[in-house]
Amino acid sequence: MPEQIVIIGAGQAGVQAVQSLRAEGYTGAITMIGDEAYPPYQRPPLSKAYLLGSFARERLFLKPDAFYREAGCELILNTVVTAINRAAKKVTLGDGRTLSYDKLLLATGTRVRKLSCPGAELAGVHYLRDIADVDGLQNVFKAGTRIAIVGGGYIGLEVAAVGAKRGLDVTVFETADRLMARAVSKPVSTFFAEEHAAAGVKLNLNTSVEAFEGKEKIEGVRAGGIVHPADLVLVGIGVVPNDMLARESGLACQDGVIVDQNAMTADPSVFAAGDCTRHVGREGVEIRLECVQNAIDQAKHAALAMLGRPKTYSEVPWFWSDQYDLKLQIAGLARPTDQLVLRGDPKARKFAVFHLRDGAVAAVEAVNAAPEYLTGRKMIADHIKVLPEKLADLSIPMKQIAQG
Amino acid sequence: MPKITFIQPDGTEQTVEIAIGWSVMEGAVRSLVPGIDADCGGACACATCHVYVDPAWAAALPARSEMEETMLDFAQDARPNSRLSCQLRVTSDMDGLVVRVPTSQH
Ligand SMILES: Cc1cc2nc3c(=O)[nH]c(=O)nc-3n(C[C@H](O)[C@H](O)[C@H](O)COP(=O)(O)OP(=O)(O)OC[C@H]3O[C@@H](n4cnc5c(N)ncnc54)[C@H](O)[C@@H]3O)c2cc1C
Ligand code: FES
Repeated sequence: MPEQIVIIGAGQAGVQAVQSLRAEGYTGAITMIGDEAYPPYQRPPLSKAYLLGSFARERLFLKPDAFYREAGCELILNTVVTAINRAAKKVTLGDGRTLSYDKLLLATGTRVRKLSCPGAELAGVHYLRDIADVDGLQNVFKAGTRIAIVGGGYIGLEVAAVGAKRGLDVTVFETADRLMARAVSKPVSTFFAEEHAAAGVKLNLNTSVEAFEGKEKIEGVRAGGIVHPADLVLVGIGVVPNDMLARESGLACQDGVIVDQNAMTADPSVFAAGDCTRHVGREGVEIRLECVQNAIDQAKHAALAMLGRPKTYSEVPWFWSDQYDLKLQIAGLARPTDQLVLRGDPKARKFAVFHLRDGAVAAVEAVNAAPEYLTGRKMIADHIKVLPEKLADLSIPMKQIAQG
Repeated sequence: MPKITFIQPDGTEQTVEIAIGWSVMEGAVRSLVPGIDADCGGACACATCHVYVDPAWAAALPARSEMEETMLDFAQDARPNSRLSCQLRVTSDMDGLVVRVPTSQH
């Protein structure tokens, strides 16, 4: 058994590892270091209920302070880890301290991808990753304000929905020809585009932002050769994994820290979990996932592996997004070649798109359709084959369809 | 604040105060009630916040949503009085509520 476990990054994966290590009977020391001012918290509400103002800050925290005391986890906040010395099994902190480890977990997450167009440094250009970002945005997120959102992905669209609800004048710019193109199928993109338009959000697809205009502060966004006036910009164009520490210590990285199916790097003392990793997924393809499910499940597997009891990570990925009163829930990983089966009617604002591969359910996207989502998730895990006609038939309940 | 009592499989009782508007799960996690793992943080996606509501209370609580209903179909040892504590919003009427924590959430 190890005696000194050090966790870099105090987020969703880090806290899960602490919980799992103790649940699995680890009795040695745990130190978790985070560079934010706060103990681990949930990010999903940041672009949803927390931005809307209907969710108190203290509800964001994943655990109360007493959890860390009782778990005997030393939590070092506001402190960055600057280097890993794998030969000496030590990490160096920003304040100059060094800590020794038997096993090291990298749970460093991601950071936002920044725009580099002219004007990108103007005041009024915001990003959204942490509590501090939302607090900064909140000050200027006022009814009547013109907000330009760069990026029609989850974050941009969740902010658009909250903005529309709070009376802001919202315009979205998206380079692709549809919304959430990387993550959802065409019917779902189309449905959400209609919903946003109905809420008064102006959507500009096939439109790349060329520059931000303004003297000191943002005054407009130049896109497609036209300047669109704006008081405020929110950029949501994706994230990049925090894999620099691993890279500098000589570990293999490629858009993420490379780990095997046990969350282990090539160094048997170093593990990684969550958004910062690239792993071989359950379908045998290398992937980097950015979701709570992966942070939780991979951290659980990392804990087991650190204790010498590795277990293959093969859970089905799942994700959700809240926009207006719509709950989009996704399970599995779709491929462009999948056969799409629509169940229900988008007009009813309650439907699901199933992705069949070799006759079995490989992914599901559900809008306000919990049974489809949850049953679909189970069918994906169990490789259940089903006929498309049956899946599309609303008169057959999902429970029955699950039997195949 | 409404007081809610959690009873462990071994009979140990713990009464915690939970703010109105919070979920029963959030209150349990905040007070470190054992056995409420709440892996998904209340997204109604994990069923590790499963509790059994005291029969005297079962009828007084708002009905399960379709989401909760389906999730419970997949939960270990679900019973007619099963609830997902992340889906139970605390109201003033819930003062005195008693729930039991299952032996295992997995
Ligand atoms: C606005 C927003 C909305 C989201 N919505 C959803 C959603 O609806 N559903 C969903 O499934 N997922 C959602 N996500 C994604 C989800 O939050 C992440 O997948 C999850 O937080 C990943 O957990 P993690 O522990 O890997 O990383 P994080 O939670 O990001 O934690 C990593 C921590 O490590 C710290 N760190 C990094 N480097 C160092 C260092 N060198 N030294 C010290 N500390 C360091 C970081 O500052 C950070 O605090 C959302 C994310 C955002 C930003
Ligand atoms: S916390 Fe996950 S379902 Fe309740």
